[in-house]
Amino acid sequence: MNGLSVRLGGREVLHDVSFTLRRGEFVGLIGANGAGKTTLMRVILGLLQPAAGEILIGGRPRGRRAGAVGYVPQKIQLDPDMPLRARDLVGLGLDGNRLGFPLPSRSRRALVDEMLRAVNAEHIAQARVGNLSGGEQQRILIAHALISRPALLLLDEPLANLDIASEQEVVALLARIAREQQIAVLISAHEMNPLLPVMDRIVYMAKGRAASGPTDDVVRDDVLSELYGSHVDVIRLHGRILVVAGRGDGLDILADDGHGHDADPAATVGTVRTGTG
Amino acid sequence: MFSAFMTNTWIVATIVAVVAGVVGFFVVLRGSAFVADALPTGAFAGAAGASLIGVNTLFGLGAFSLLGALAIGWLGRRNRHDVAVALVLVAMLGLGALFLSFTTEYADEIYSLLFGEVLGIAVNEVAPVAAVSAVCIVAIIVMYRPLLLSTTMPEVGEARGVRAYRVEMAFLVIVALATSVAVPVVGALLIFSLMIGPPAAARAVTSRPFIALVLSAVIAVGTVWVAIALSYQTNWPIGFFVGAMGAACYAAGRGWVALRNALPRRPARLSPAAQR
Amino acid sequence: MGGILRAIFEPGFFSSGPVHVALLVGGVVAVVCGIVGMFTVMRGQSYAAHGLGDISATGGAGSFLLGISPIWGFAGTSVVAAGIMDLIGVQRVRGRDLATGIVRGAGLGLAALFLYWDTTRTSTTGAPVTILFGSLFTINSSLIWTIALFSVAAAGLIAVLYRPLLLSSVSADLAYVRGISVRVVGVLALAALALAVSLSAMTIGAILSTALLVGPAATALRLTSRPGPMMAWSALISLAATWLGVLLAYDSYYWPALPVDHDLGRQGWPVSFFVVVLILIFFLLARARRDQRGKGTCSAPS
Repeated sequence: MNGLSVRLGGREVLHDVSFTLRRGEFVGLIGANGAGKTTLMRVILGLLQPAAGEILIGGRPRGRRAGAVGYVPQKIQLDPDMPLRARDLVGLGLDGNRLGFPLPSRSRRALVDEMLRAVNAEHIAQARVGNLSGGEQQRILIAHALISRPALLLLDEPLANLDIASEQEVVALLARIAREQQIAVLISAHEMNPLLPVMDRIVYMAKGRAASGPTDDVVRDDVLSELYGSHVDVIRLHGRILVVAGRGDGLDILADDGHGHDADPAATVGTVRTGTG
Repeated sequence: MFSAFMTNTWIVATIVAVVAGVVGFFVVLRGSAFVADALPTGAFAGAAGASLIGVNTLFGLGAFSLLGALAIGWLGRRNRHDVAVALVLVAMLGLGALFLSFTTEYADEIYSLLFGEVLGIAVNEVAPVAAVSAVCIVAIIVMYRPLLLSTTMPEVGEARGVRAYRVEMAFLVIVALATSVAVPVVGALLIFSLMIGPPAAARAVTSRPFIALVLSAVIAVGTVWVAIALSYQTNWPIGFFVGAMGAACYAAGRGWVALRNALPRRPARLSPAAQR
Repeated sequence: MGGILRAIFEPGFFSSGPVHVALLVGGVVAVVCGIVGMFTVMRGQSYAAHGLGDISATGGAGSFLLGISPIWGFAGTSVVAAGIMDLIGVQRVRGRDLATGIVRGAGLGLAALFLYWDTTRTSTTGAPVTILFGSLFTINSSLIWTIALFSVAAAGLIAVLYRPLLLSSVSADLAYVRGISVRVVGVLALAALALAVSLSAMTIGAILSTALLVGPAATALRLTSRPGPMMAWSALISLAATWLGVLLAYDSYYWPALPVDHDLGRQGWPVSFFVVVLILIFFLLARARRDQRGKGTCSAPS
């Protein structure tokens, strides 16, 4: 059982988005703010109901089963006083939805330790969650999401507030996790360059529509131009990719804020869906 | 109810209401509703203690309110001052209960200090009340701009030399004084309503600060007048009317805002084509 | 040694009937409030708890007019108010504080009216004191079962909901993703809070009730960073303050009268005073201890 396919016809926000993910794949969900990435994530998580379409996980429609999808939010607001250690939060990822008190058991502790090791967070296990730095909190949230062995791991803009070094660390960590645990990892970001080295496929979103497939197939002049509804150029420079709009004197780099031009909703988007197997 | 007997009450109540409205404007602006709630309980303890020792109650009120203000300011330097404030507040109430347990009119005293007493003002108290109130008003006028700045844009204020901590302490002291003069009339538990109901209503009607300030005082005075009149007529506690009218003011303010929002606006939107 | 013991435990302490009731009821209520209070503090709902306490005063005062026992008045208004609070929901913090304050003011005003009617229209005396400041020594022993029921309900709710409540208090998103119905959990937690408030109001009074709910939990917060131990500490501190309070109040019967004491026929210092002051003292001690150890724990290596 692998992958999921998503087909949505949400009103203006998401229009006929389809793609498939496979276990062990590292997929980047790229798009500017407002392109619909967060909405897509919330639909996959079940926090939002699509107006049309379906989500299949492992071939079955997405229910409210805990643990099928792991989620790492961008950041959670935490009081420095919150009486929870890092390892407690990770432990809650295992059984936080069950009633009653957690019985202390060796196997539970061992599992938590294993997760902490996997994200290089052993040294902060005893710290209060409210005292963690942004990067540390992120790793704990990843461990929290992973401990229940989900098939799919979603991360909402994990690179947003990190410096370059931390960025690379997190990306490498996630790629390793995807491979070793055979989990499909979907990361949303508005800049694709940090993910290029490890990305298996890309889902590029603009104006509520998406194109998915191997990076080189999607990030091309013609595909993206159709997506945006106006002409864009894809420039490759020293191993980095720039998506640039406009001609002549004015150029907009569609990296951080894809303010585009008038959309043409009638244009269908070419979707690339790989087969299961 | 307009006999000479009641003159003191009317005078004092008016003064107190003006101060409450003015100070309350900033209480609402700074979101310090909880603090304004805590200080009067200190006043309660102070008044109880003062009546025990036989000292003028106003003195006890003032002293304990100031103490409370300083305690809150000091305890609240770090984050999370809500728990500290809550505990000090409650301890003050307990202390007041203790003091009052030593008197013979336990229940009555508690009641009138907490819920107000129409006839609670003696002749010799009018002057001190007026004096303290004047101090409060003057302080607010003097601090008007730094207070506004530090409340709405604290960083800018800091850059201009308006230290947030100092402003907070000064403000707490002002609130302490304002509450201590109001407690005998309106009651420790309900002075709070007088301080946040009228300003909330005023703010809903206008967004110009000075007008809102004046309006807040006007509404407060109106509230108190009506409360006194009704309390005199029915013998019901004045605190009840203040609480009820405070809520009515707030509701009226919210209703006004809702009404204004429901009316059709001038079209100031971009053409639909510009939307995604 | 015997002399010291006798000084601490004044004669008759252990054999006095009201003391037994006070220790039992106070003890149970204290533990429940310590447990429930942990989540109140964790979820930043201290102000809501305070509001519920004051609003329950209205119900308590009204209960005399209806001729029912105060605990039903406390519980009834508390639960209804909690339900309304939940409906109003979590909006901008500032606006909510204001709204809560206004409602509290109206409620207290109503309580003032009811208390006035209590003293003028019914035959009960001392209603204001009982409602506002508690009646631990004068609880009718027939109420013990009701109190026990409420206590079990409140504590039981928290115990059963422990894990989902913990997770949803940390992050609603994380909880939802794990299939927890955050809304339902929140409502049930508020119901437990309402019950705990009414219990606390019975013992130390409506307007003082917040102390028992918020104080021990806030103190425990400064003693540990793990949820399980925090709950235990919270209950323990609450219990200690209450029992010590009962002891001191009993002893104060026998203390020499202070020069300012006018009412020579009085019955010792009020229990609620001691309980509240003890809670504050414990809190300040824990705070001072934490300050002395440096700025708490900052990503310290285990």
